[in-house]
Amino acid sequence: MSVEAIVQNLKGKFSSSVLEVLEFRGETTVIVKKEEIVAVCQYLKTSEGFNFLSDLCGVDYLGKKDDRFMVVYNIYNITTHERLRLKVAVSEKDATVDSVSSVWGTANWHERECWDLMGISFNNHPDLRRILMPADWVGHPLRKDYPVQGPGRALYQGGLS
Amino acid sequence: MGVETLGDNVITTSLDKLVNWSRSRSLWPMTFGLACCAIEMMSTGAARFDLDRFGIIFRASPRQADCIIIAGTVTKKMLPVILTVYEQMPEPKYVVAMGACACSGGVFDTYSVVQGIDEYLPVDVYIPGCPPRPEGLLYGLIKLQEKIMRERNSFGAAIGIGEVVNNA
Amino acid sequence: MASTETMTVNMGPQHPSTHGVLQLILELDGETVVKATPHIGFLHRGVEKLSENRTYHQVLPLTDRLDYLAPMHNNLGYVLAVEKLFGITDMIPERAKTVRVMMAEITRLKSHLVWLACHALDIGAMTVFIYCFREREMIMDMYEKLSGARMTSNYFRVGGLSADLPDGFEKDVRHFIDVMPGHIDTYEGLLTGNIIWQKRIQGVGVIDAEAAIDIGLSGPSLRGSGVDWDLRRDNPYSGYENYDFKVCVEQGCDTWARYRVRLDEMRESVKIIRQALDRLQAGPFLADCPKICLPPKKDVVNTIEGLIHQFKIISEGPKPEVGEIYQSVENPKGEVGFYLVSDGSSNPYRMKVRPASFVNLQALPQMVQGRLIADVVAIIGTLDIVLGEIDR
Repeated sequence: MSVEAIVQNLKGKFSSSVLEVLEFRGETTVIVKKEEIVAVCQYLKTSEGFNFLSDLCGVDYLGKKDDRFMVVYNIYNITTHERLRLKVAVSEKDATVDSVSSVWGTANWHERECWDLMGISFNNHPDLRRILMPADWVGHPLRKDYPVQGPGRALYQGGLS
Repeated sequence: MGVETLGDNVITTSLDKLVNWSRSRSLWPMTFGLACCAIEMMSTGAARFDLDRFGIIFRASPRQADCIIIAGTVTKKMLPVILTVYEQMPEPKYVVAMGACACSGGVFDTYSVVQGIDEYLPVDVYIPGCPPRPEGLLYGLIKLQEKIMRERNSFGAAIGIGEVVNNA
Repeated sequence: MASTETMTVNMGPQHPSTHGVLQLILELDGETVVKATPHIGFLHRGVEKLSENRTYHQVLPLTDRLDYLAPMHNNLGYVLAVEKLFGITDMIPERAKTVRVMMAEITRLKSHLVWLACHALDIGAMTVFIYCFREREMIMDMYEKLSGARMTSNYFRVGGLSADLPDGFEKDVRHFIDVMPGHIDTYEGLLTGNIIWQKRIQGVGVIDAEAAIDIGLSGPSLRGSGVDWDLRRDNPYSGYENYDFKVCVEQGCDTWARYRVRLDEMRESVKIIRQALDRLQAGPFLADCPKICLPPKKDVVNTIEGLIHQFKIISEGPKPEVGEIYQSVENPKGEVGFYLVSDGSSNPYRMKVRPASFVNLQALPQMVQGRLIADVVAIIGTLDIVLGEIDR
C-alpha cells in the first residue's frame, strides 16, 4: 500500500483529526490534532504496520506560528519500508502532549529528551525526567529564546574573521 | 648533568634527580576517556605508537595514577566527576589537556560545555588538535616528563619539607 | 530463608568499560542485577543548538564529532539530508557516489574494528585489541591521505566530495581489501572457538525481535534478533541499490548472534568496497550547481566565478526552500537520521539527529535484568554504543 492510500485511510478513519497533509521532496507529513495523537499512532501501528518509531522531537516556532511548538513523529514500517511523518501543534500555554510510549516503547527516551531540551511535557509518561542535562538544570536549551552559549554569557559576536 | 662516577659501581646524584627520574619514567595516567580524543588516546596506547616504551601505562583507578589526561569535551554535567577523580589521585599529580575541547572548549561554544578545563584544574601540558594525533599526545607526554625533570625539592616535598619548586 | 537486601552500585561515568562517560546505577541482589538505570548526558555538547546558528556547510564538521568512530557515515547522512532539502540529489555525479559508498564501507570496518577491540578487551581478550587497532591504523592512514585528518575527516561535501581521491589511493584500498579478510579470519580464530569467549557471550543479553522493534533497536543489534532490515538495501541511498551484498541476519537474539552479524558484515563490507573500486571511473566529483556546492579549491584560486561563489557561500550560505526532510543512513550502529527543518534562511531552523546508539542503549535495562553483574560489561559491548552520538 502506498503512502497516499495510507493517508486516505487515515483521513477516512479520523476525518476530524487530520488537519493537513503536506508533501515535500517525496515525503508525506500529516498534521493531526493533539488530542488524537495516541489514537492515530495506535491505529497506524496496528492497522497500517508502522511498527518502528524512528524519531520523535520537538520544534520551536517562536514568533512564527500561533502555536509555539510542534512535536514531530517520524515513523517507519519495517515490512514495507515506508516512512510517514506526523506532527502535532502544541501551544506554549499548555505545552503537554499525550505520551505515545504505550504505542512504541522507544518513545520513552525520545520524550524525555524532548521534555529536557524543549520543555514539552508528556502526559502518562512512565518516567519523565531530564535525560541529557543535569537534574538541577534551569531552562530548556533548545528553545529559541535560550541563548546558545547559555544565560549569563555575553553573546560571541565573531572573532578575527 | 651533575652525575659523576666514582670508581666502578658508585654514582652520585642529587636525590631530586633520582626522584624526578623515577617519577617521569613511570608516568601512569588514568584511563579516562571522554570523547573523540579518547579513541586517539587508545590508538596511542596500542601497537603502533606504544606508550609502554616510555613507561607510560594506563591505570584504571585514580588511586594508582599520577597523571590525568583530559581527553575530550568537558561538559558541565561531567565536571564534578572529573574534579572528584582528580581529588582522588595522590600527590604529585599532573594534568594534561588533550585536544581543543579540553584546552578551550573547541568548536563547542555552547551552554553545556566547560570552556577549557584550566578554569578548574591546574593544567601542565596543553595539546592542541581536534583530535590531536598520537604523535601529538606522545610529544605532550614527553614534554611533561621534561617538566617533571626540572622540578626542585621533589624529594624534600615528598618527606614533608617545603614545597616542590617548579623551574619552568 | 534469610531475607536479603539489594545493594546499589554505581558504575561510571568514570569506568574503563562503559565506553566513555555512561553511568549505570545497578541495583544488585548478590551478583544478580535487579535493575539497571542508565544515566546519560555527560557528553552533551549542544550540537543541535549550535547547528541552528551555522550555515548548512558549517554544520558538516560538527557531524564528524557525533559518532566519532564512524565519522563518514554521519557526514554522509548529513550531506544526503541537505542535498535532499536543496533538491539536488539527482545531480550528484557517479564518481562521488561510488567514492562515498567505498568510504562508508571502509568506515564501517573501522567502526566494527573498534567495537571488536573494545568488546574483546572488556571481556578479557587483550590480544584482539592490539590486532584490531593494528588494522585500524591502515584505515587511519587512508583517511589521512584522503582528508588530512585521522579521525574527523570531514571529507564529503554537499554536492559531492571535498577533493578527488589522491594518487595511489585506489592501490592502498586494494591492498587493504586483499589483506583484510585474512585478518578477520584471525580474529575469528582468536575468539569464535574460544571457550571463554563462548561462555561469556552465548545466551547473554537476549532480546527477541518484537521487543527489539518496540524499543527501537536498529542496525546489527536488531539483525542479531532475526529482523531482516537494512537501510542500505531497503531504502537505498548513494547508489547502494547497484551493489551486490548480503544482509547478515542471525536468529540467536543474544550477544553471540550480534557478534556473528557484525563479523559477517565486515566480510560483506570488504565485498562492497571491492565492487566500488571496480566501478570507479574518472569524472567530476562535485555536482554542477555552483550556487549551492562549495567550489573546489583549485577553482577558487584560479577563476573569478569560483572565488565569487566561494565568497557568497561562505559569507551568506545557500538558502533552501521552506520545508522539512528526514534522511537516514545505515550507520555501523544502526539507523542514523537527520531531520532538517528549513525556514528559508541559510541556517537550519532545526536539526534533529536520530542517534542510533541513544535508542539502542535504551534496551540495556531490559537486557541486563536478571543477569550477573559481569554480563553488564558484555552487554554494553554488544550494543556498540558511542557516547558522542548518544549525548550529542
